[in-house]
Amino acid sequence: MSTPDLVADAVVKRFADHVAVDALSFSVERGSFFSILGPSGCGKTTLLRMIAGFIAPDGGDIAIGGQSMRNVAPNRRPVNMVFQQLALFPMMSVGENVEFGLARRGVGRADRKRKSQEMLERVGLSGAAHKRVDELSGGQRQRVAIARSLVLEPTLLLLDEPLGALDLKLREHMKIELKQLQAAFGTTFVYITHDQSEALVLSDHVGVMNHGRFEQLGTPQELYYRPQTPFVAGFVGANNRIVGKVDSINGEIVALSTASGWSIRARRHGSPAAGAAVEAFVRPEACILGRSVAELPQEFPVQAGAVQSLLFDGANSSVLLLEERTRHEFRIALPQTGQFSDLKPGEKIVFSFDPERAACFPARAGADGRSA
Amino acid sequence: MTKGRTLKRIAIWIWLGSVCAVSAHAADSQKLRIISWADYVPAEVVAAFKKETGITVELTLSNNEEMISKLRATHGAGYDLAQPSQDRITGPQRDFGIYKPIDLSKVKLGQFQLGLLDIVRRNTTLNGQQYALPYLWGTDGLVVNTKRAKAADYLDLCKPDLAGKTSIRLRRPTLMAFAFAMGKDPFALYSDTKAYSALMDQVGAKLIACKPNFKFFYDNKDQLLNGIRSGEVLAAMMWDTGGWTLNRENPDIQFIVPKSGALGWLDTYALPARGRNDAGAYAWINYTMRPEIAAKITKSVGSFSAAQNTGPLLDPKLKAQFAAAFPDSVVKAIHWYPSIPPGLEEIEGKVLDRVKAAN
Amino acid sequence: MQTRWHARLMLALLLAPALLWLGALIILPHLDLALLSLRQRTGPQQYVSSLAQYRTFFHEPLYWHVFVRTAVMSVVSTLFTLLVAFPIAWIIAKILQGRASSLLFIVCLVPFWVSETVRTLGWMILLRESGVLPALLVKLGLTAVPVEFLYRDATIMLGLVYTSMLFMLVPLVSSLESLDNSLIEAAYDLGASGASILRTIVIPHAAPGITAGCIIVFMLTLGNYLTPTLLGGKNSEWFTEQIYTQFITRFNWEQGAAFGFLLLGLSTAMVMIGLRLAGQRFGDVMRRT
Ligand SMILES: Nc1ncnc2c1ncn2[C@@H]1O[C@H](COP(=O)(O)OP(=O)(O)O)[C@@H](O)[C@H]1O
Ligand SMILES: [Mg+2]
Repeated sequence: MSTPDLVADAVVKRFADHVAVDALSFSVERGSFFSILGPSGCGKTTLLRMIAGFIAPDGGDIAIGGQSMRNVAPNRRPVNMVFQQLALFPMMSVGENVEFGLARRGVGRADRKRKSQEMLERVGLSGAAHKRVDELSGGQRQRVAIARSLVLEPTLLLLDEPLGALDLKLREHMKIELKQLQAAFGTTFVYITHDQSEALVLSDHVGVMNHGRFEQLGTPQELYYRPQTPFVAGFVGANNRIVGKVDSINGEIVALSTASGWSIRARRHGSPAAGAAVEAFVRPEACILGRSVAELPQEFPVQAGAVQSLLFDGANSSVLLLEERTRHEFRIALPQTGQFSDLKPGEKIVFSFDPERAACFPARAGADGRSA
Repeated sequence: MTKGRTLKRIAIWIWLGSVCAVSAHAADSQKLRIISWADYVPAEVVAAFKKETGITVELTLSNNEEMISKLRATHGAGYDLAQPSQDRITGPQRDFGIYKPIDLSKVKLGQFQLGLLDIVRRNTTLNGQQYALPYLWGTDGLVVNTKRAKAADYLDLCKPDLAGKTSIRLRRPTLMAFAFAMGKDPFALYSDTKAYSALMDQVGAKLIACKPNFKFFYDNKDQLLNGIRSGEVLAAMMWDTGGWTLNRENPDIQFIVPKSGALGWLDTYALPARGRNDAGAYAWINYTMRPEIAAKITKSVGSFSAAQNTGPLLDPKLKAQFAAAFPDSVVKAIHWYPSIPPGLEEIEGKVLDRVKAAN
Repeated sequence: MQTRWHARLMLALLLAPALLWLGALIILPHLDLALLSLRQRTGPQQYVSSLAQYRTFFHEPLYWHVFVRTAVMSVVSTLFTLLVAFPIAWIIAKILQGRASSLLFIVCLVPFWVSETVRTLGWMILLRESGVLPALLVKLGLTAVPVEFLYRDATIMLGLVYTSMLFMLVPLVSSLESLDNSLIEAAYDLGASGASILRTIVIPHAAPGITAGCIIVFMLTLGNYLTPTLLGGKNSEWFTEQIYTQFITRFNWEQGAAFGFLLLGLSTAMVMIGLRLAGQRFGDVMRRT
């Protein structure tokens, strides 16, 4: 296997007494799409700016393409960045923006023109070279920002929430476009986002970041189906969160009950003792819904509830219901078949889920009862 | 700022302006506006005058050229009394009509020294009317720091050993002084414009050659006094009492009457054409020519009053200094400025400009 | 129809004070001066119209010399002001933050709380032969005798730069503050060096501010009277001084008015040339400040 394009080794950054990036280590394979996913303020931008060279780490080392980047200025790193607000140069035309980096490298005028022309073509902006930046739409600007960086053929392209400023529709569209661009160029992307769906759709690997550390690092599938921490379970994808105490443990399966007395079962992470505080997560789509007990598989415990509201969202529709006795809120995805789309609020309903597909973690210190 | 607020502000200013104008008008006869030289109107005299007459003196400091220019700009309005030099009255009067004739019946002529009154009458009469009365006089000469420098005449200011250590005023008296020092009599050429112009060109050339010797051209009294006190300037063309003032502080500094003779200047009282308080002006003239007041003024200003009978009242030290510098023979040799015929000042102006611009 | 007529009347009424103001304080005096500059005195209170005043200017090398000298010195001092003000503006706008930045700005402002006369006299006290700086140099053994720093062109330049500082600083700071830091970082990230960032990003962005500052400073410098005359002393040779002399000392209003118009023409021409060089339009520049 070739050397990774990016290796971070115990990188630390402190602001006063606040640790923004806390001894982070990870590596990114050549040609892969790596995302860093985390809530706002968790230190993503700080990490990215250390990779780009705008701030120096307080500890640890960053290597790009096998070279340590200690004391290498941003303009000398084989890295380019797409800024959160794009930072296109308003005093230049689109073409000049794309040529900017080439000119700084001393590439001749004719070569520059040709390369920028080619690059604009590849991002679908062939006729825009002479336009002013503010004549472009949001999506077009996005592409110029990427073209401006990619034309330099960097080892690594850093993107800081590049879709954050776009409206939803365009964001969905650009998501796909980004993925295609990355595949077409084969450049290694390091992508920052607080939007888990962007991270899941785009990435080969995702690091889920919280308080300056990675909670879990893996493929989107691993994060989704096998979250290793309650934070990841709560942050990646939708999840029902149930907080309670361990009643009993049977092999891998824990029986727990909430303070109000609702009992469920879930697969164990770690080894909680009986009576320990835990939190369990059940994915909405892991549940089976029925109007009568007969419709449910027999091997799983049956739960009952009443419909509170129907959350219609096309293929992502779900029903929000209240557990029969404890009135604990619970969300279940509706089958794609359109079955149950006629549920009415107040209607009685039954459901069940495979405890193997529910996850139970020791409760986090300071975690409250809020559902994630 | 919004447009509404701008308008409001303008309205307020106009209102304020008119209020001031109205109130200014109301107090005219109780106010005497004098435009004069620095120190010429001592505060103590102003206070005593107000006590006696109820008239408040409002003073504006100026010099010959500014006085004339200001009065010209307003066609002689804005002041009730001006104090230009006697040689600078008929010329501007002919051109700009900025003064009104003196009504001699309102003046106590007996208070004036007859000789000075005579010079002023000769030099400031135009079309049979007299436009000024004498106020203060003095002479220009050399002030020298005798311990560190030697100078007996104006041309000595150009000696190499005084390089960068001398000063003059870049005005017409300097041209006259240098002309006399070069052995010429500029006043004799007043009526011969061509010869006068040639003489001025010579004087200008002399001053240009001498320019590196001048530290600065002084523009006001304090600038020169400070220069001499600090030792930056060792010799300068200066008026007599300024030299005596410095002499009292430092005996090394002495006023010297140049070998080519002292130049006598004489400043006057003149009435601006559109002055509003002539009665006040005459009252002031008569008041300041009283021997005891005139003596006070002489003491305060350091120049000699044109009033009679101040002798016994004068400061003995000043009298001694005067007597030492001006024995009778020297007094007789004082060159008094005659009135300037039209056109000459233009010639002098060009010469002065050339000196200023030369390197 | 009627409402439009009304609107126009309202507009006229609203503009009337401003137009009166403009007319009374700017246009009328200039018209008066223009007429004045076009006549010649032939005798006491007798004048004929003539171009003699302008002819004098062109025929007398003396006036020419001072005119050109004033223009050149003004340009040079404007450039110096820009060179000095730019780094300070950069520090205020980009390097210091919050209080420190306002503090530096205020420190630069403080000298302008006293009048220009007092400021210039302050310089004179420092620089005159018997002043603070020459004494210090002697004490330090750098010069054997006190050196006279006044009455030199360099001193005039120093005073002019100092006096104009604020008027350069304000437009520069405001235009640099509006420069998004991420543009600088982006350029740096794309491989640009400090110098090329300055050339390709910062200066183009700040161009309106630079142009505005230069125009204001140039006009102020050209029209300055106190600083060159006080600091330049016998060698000041500033054109405004020439105008003052003509008006006040020589009573030659006609010549003074002609000189005034020549100076007005010069400043207009220089501003046009400056704008052309900077590729800016006057209106844009003034809006940006
Ligand atoms: N220059 C700075 N000085 C002080 N604190 C900072 C600075 N930059 C970022 N921080 C803090 O570091 C933390 C991480 O910030 P950032 O990396 O921007 O988060 P994210 O990009 O994940 O939203 C935040 O708490 C932020 O307030
Ligand atoms: Mg961020």
